[in-house]
Amino acid sequence: MIRFINVTHAYHNEREESTISLSDINININTGDFIAVIGANGSGKSTFARHMNGLLLPSKGNVIVDGNNTNDSDKLWEIRKKVGMVFQNPDNQLVATTIEDDIAFGMENIGIEESEMKKRVEWALNLVGMHDLRNKEPHLLSGGQKQKVVIAGALAMHTSYLVLDEPTSMLDPKGRKEILETIKKLNREEHITIIYITHFMSEAAEFDKIIVLDNGKIALTGAPKSVFLHYDKLKELNLELPQITMLAKLLNDNGLDISPNILNEKEMIEELCSLI
Amino acid sequence: MFIDLRNVSYTYNLNMPFETEVLKSINLSINEGEFIGIIGHTGCGKTTLLQLLNGLLEPTNGKILIDGIDIHKDKNKLREVRKNIGLSFQYPENQLFEETIFKEIAFGPKNMGIKGDSLIDNVKKAMKMVDLDYSIYKERSPFNLSGGEMRRVAIASILAIDPEVIILDEPTASLDPQTRNRILRLIKDIFKRYSKTIVLVSHNMEVIAELAQRIIVMDKGRIVLDNSPKNIFRNNVTSLEQIGLAIPQITSMMHKLRKMGKPIKPDVLTLEEAKNEILKIVKKK
Repeated sequence: MIRFINVTHAYHNEREESTISLSDINININTGDFIAVIGANGSGKSTFARHMNGLLLPSKGNVIVDGNNTNDSDKLWEIRKKVGMVFQNPDNQLVATTIEDDIAFGMENIGIEESEMKKRVEWALNLVGMHDLRNKEPHLLSGGQKQKVVIAGALAMHTSYLVLDEPTSMLDPKGRKEILETIKKLNREEHITIIYITHFMSEAAEFDKIIVLDNGKIALTGAPKSVFLHYDKLKELNLELPQITMLAKLLNDNGLDISPNILNEKEMIEELCSLI
Repeated sequence: MFIDLRNVSYTYNLNMPFETEVLKSINLSINEGEFIGIIGHTGCGKTTLLQLLNGLLEPTNGKILIDGIDIHKDKNKLREVRKNIGLSFQYPENQLFEETIFKEIAFGPKNMGIKGDSLIDNVKKAMKMVDLDYSIYKERSPFNLSGGEMRRVAIASILAIDPEVIILDEPTASLDPQTRNRILRLIKDIFKRYSKTIVLVSHNMEVIAELAQRIIVMDKGRIVLDNSPKNIFRNNVTSLEQIGLAIPQITSMMHKLRKMGKPIKPDVLTLEEAKNEILKIVKKK
């Protein structure tokens, strides 16, 4: 479990002015959770994510990862092994000249022995569905494939939590689909906890739970079906409904007997079939 | 301004061991006042094409004609091209560097020799186009802004050179939904009110479907489709998926209903169209 207890984070600029980017956050992320984090630009999403593995430390309060406090510098390595991070641009996270070396990079740093390393690379490649492409050079991969190599590198560290900060914002539709399918599988089959930051509402709709941030505070949390009922509130927070949900709402507003919180194509088709 | 690419190819690392041909015999005409959307998977050659369009790269083979003149044969024409075709790269806010927003936006026109009151006018006009209040923003640092404001400053710095053609590479990546919608409204506005030619590159099919009048689909360095959004998204579902793209979510759903025998038009692209189409069918029933 990752626990945020009264976490506040302030950034200081060169003129010693501070900006609060997280304000007294309290939340528990349970093992096995499949969570999307949404919020306007500047709402504190990335700061929130970077607290989960101690890349940023709270100005006030505590972040506890499986019993270890990120404020305790002796525990930081332990925490970073447990909580893997994936960022927007895979090119910034790929370091080696072969895919296998890239996946092994983190393990080499912590001195894992070679035979174990090989086993884990093999295992991680299979999990992200990149085994067939293992001999390709990283720079020849598509954006989605590169992101999967980054994810495999985190998995090889036997990470229990995967924090992804807008991993699909630079990807084409196919790459986006590949990443979503991969993390779904990691959550469902390997029970890896997923925390996924996104600006795509249609992606957020596919998670079990959504956390909505506003101005460093948690504005809403809940299952997509309940979060996406708050149309006005979301609009106020610079967000919107997924397109399909918006269509359902518009039809409902126009007197059609249709649920206003439909989340995907399948549900929409089912409901529409009885109407038209 | 009429842009005409004739049989254009581009090869990186020509005559080197890692020589790669990223564009293969491209033929493309862009007419004055068009709004063109370019789509293609990562690595299909889109960015190279944009760089060729404003003369940043020179084709390995073929010709780029602007108003009938080969831009790489005539140095004066090339300078004119760079002034008249503004290119906004991905994440343009990474290129901000000046102390104030005024200086940032004035940088381009100043380099072209514009001075004094006309320089101020250019900056004011560009800021108006992206909805930034001149008196509030001109003295502020471009670095103390929200993501959406930075993006608008960056786009304004392209508009300030008053180009006839504006090329935008993923102008809404990493923006929250309302900020994205605002930028899209601005782009629409710039297109309509200031009659510019716009070339927009995006991975977001919904955005392309809503804005573009004509879509160019690229795959492996070639143009594979060139048609109106309605035609592209009506007929090419499988081939788009095969090359890593998709059709807009709404269009996909309406296609499926149609396949199930529902009397739905095959070319619904936007939310508004879908709503009207469904309501119309329900009323008839």
